[in-house]
Amino acid sequence: MRWNPIRAILLRQFYLMRGSPARLFPLIMWVAVDILLWGFITKFLETVAAPGFNFVSTLLGAVLLWDFFGRVMLGVTTAFFEDVWSRNFLNIFATPLSIAEYVAGLVLTSVITSLIALVVMIVLASAAFGLSFFAYGAMLAPFLLVLFLTGIALGIFGAGIVLRLGPAAEWLIWPIPALISPFVGVFYPLATLPGWMQTIAYALAPSYVFEGVRAIVAGQTYPATHLLWATGLSALYIVLAIGFFVRVYRRAVRTGLLARYSAETVS
Amino acid sequence: MPQVLSVLALRKKFGDKFAVDGISFEVNHNEIVGLLGPNGAGKTTTINMILGVLEPTAGTIRIEGRDVASERAQALECTNFTAVYAPLPGNLTVYQNLRVFALIYDVKHSAARIQELLEQFDLVAYRDVKCGLLSSGEQTRAALAKAMLNRPRLLLLDEPTASLDPSKAREIRAQILELARRDGVGVLWTSHNMIEVQEVCDRVLFLSRGTILLEGDPKTLPREHGKSSLEDLFVSVAREPLTLEAG
Repeated sequence: MRWNPIRAILLRQFYLMRGSPARLFPLIMWVAVDILLWGFITKFLETVAAPGFNFVSTLLGAVLLWDFFGRVMLGVTTAFFEDVWSRNFLNIFATPLSIAEYVAGLVLTSVITSLIALVVMIVLASAAFGLSFFAYGAMLAPFLLVLFLTGIALGIFGAGIVLRLGPAAEWLIWPIPALISPFVGVFYPLATLPGWMQTIAYALAPSYVFEGVRAIVAGQTYPATHLLWATGLSALYIVLAIGFFVRVYRRAVRTGLLARYSAETVS
Repeated sequence: MPQVLSVLALRKKFGDKFAVDGISFEVNHNEIVGLLGPNGAGKTTTINMILGVLEPTAGTIRIEGRDVASERAQALECTNFTAVYAPLPGNLTVYQNLRVFALIYDVKHSAARIQELLEQFDLVAYRDVKCGLLSSGEQTRAALAKAMLNRPRLLLLDEPTASLDPSKAREIRAQILELARRDGVGVLWTSHNMIEVQEVCDRVLFLSRGTILLEGDPKTLPREHGKSSLEDLFVSVAREPLTLEAG
């Protein structure tokens, strides 16, 4: 893989964001609104619930981590959608750019945009509501890693779906985080779920993160093996997502879909 | 020195229909070859296969001796293209688009190269204008500047003057000709403007129903087939390809 073509994908996104504040809005404003909303909900809950339960670290911390996951995923898909929206596939793919360099550029874009969103959320949650990430201790790093890897995998998978089904399929991609959230127990323990949902939950890496968050805030220890398993799962998702995207790309080259994408013939 | 482009027994099948059916041709250095034919003849399919965005059903494509199927990146490093159906993204400025593509093509000393092309294609005044806001002629010039960024050995031009007025079209033709002759570039040029083809092309290939029906010098080919002009020959190819095949 060469660095300059990867930089090109990143630079294109930077130019787009710099040229249009509307693109910065979801990066900063939606996550800020979410933190404000859940911040006030946790404050309210602390006034009505029995003392001793730390709503800020449990609920607000979980919301923050979940929003980070969503931003990572959308960081990849939105960067990909920019090429869909501007019908840029022919220009991009009729070059020496390899598919690995292209995907690496999308991932790098997501790393930067999701880090910006994370910083905004942390600053707001700690300044306005007293959320301290130190409460999670050393577990914070694996929490973020698992959510980051899973978000990247879902983003690449989502890009593959849109490449396969056409531009209109983007509407299937936006709600993916919302569809997953009931299964991964962002706000409640997995034990709350019925059996069949728990089975799905244990196959989803973020479930282990939110179980871990609750355990640590409750003063319990959370087995490192669970997080190791979750990291393994999310790494497996990445491999599967890349495999899926490459397969879809090769099919698009074989069938002519990639060339037609630019000619507005995809319905 | 190998030919800049060598296409051998190239086929592309969509469903049970061959869009391109076993064509072979070459483009030499310092040669402009016209790829002509009616709509649906297989011109764009051929160009897409050369650009590596469409996989052939059979056959080989070599650019500067490199197989597009197995050495895609190396083959495309020395290739570039413009097509009316693939404009530069309208939401970036001319400079931003050129900068992005200079990085993709790994162009050395890209700042100087971009400035040189902005001047060459009379785009200095539009450097910071979004491509979507440019006129057709300006967009064509910006796309051509992109196509020249990596100093290609093979240039694919799919109707490069289609959206231009005659005066601008003449200007652009002259610029492409000058660049191609100066740098010894091989050019594959598609156009429906037969006067243009006669003016710029050293050789033409007439495609019909996915096969090469005729090949030759655009200045002498019409007479060889009993037609008064290249346009008449084009119309015959489009309407009665079987008659020409028999002849």
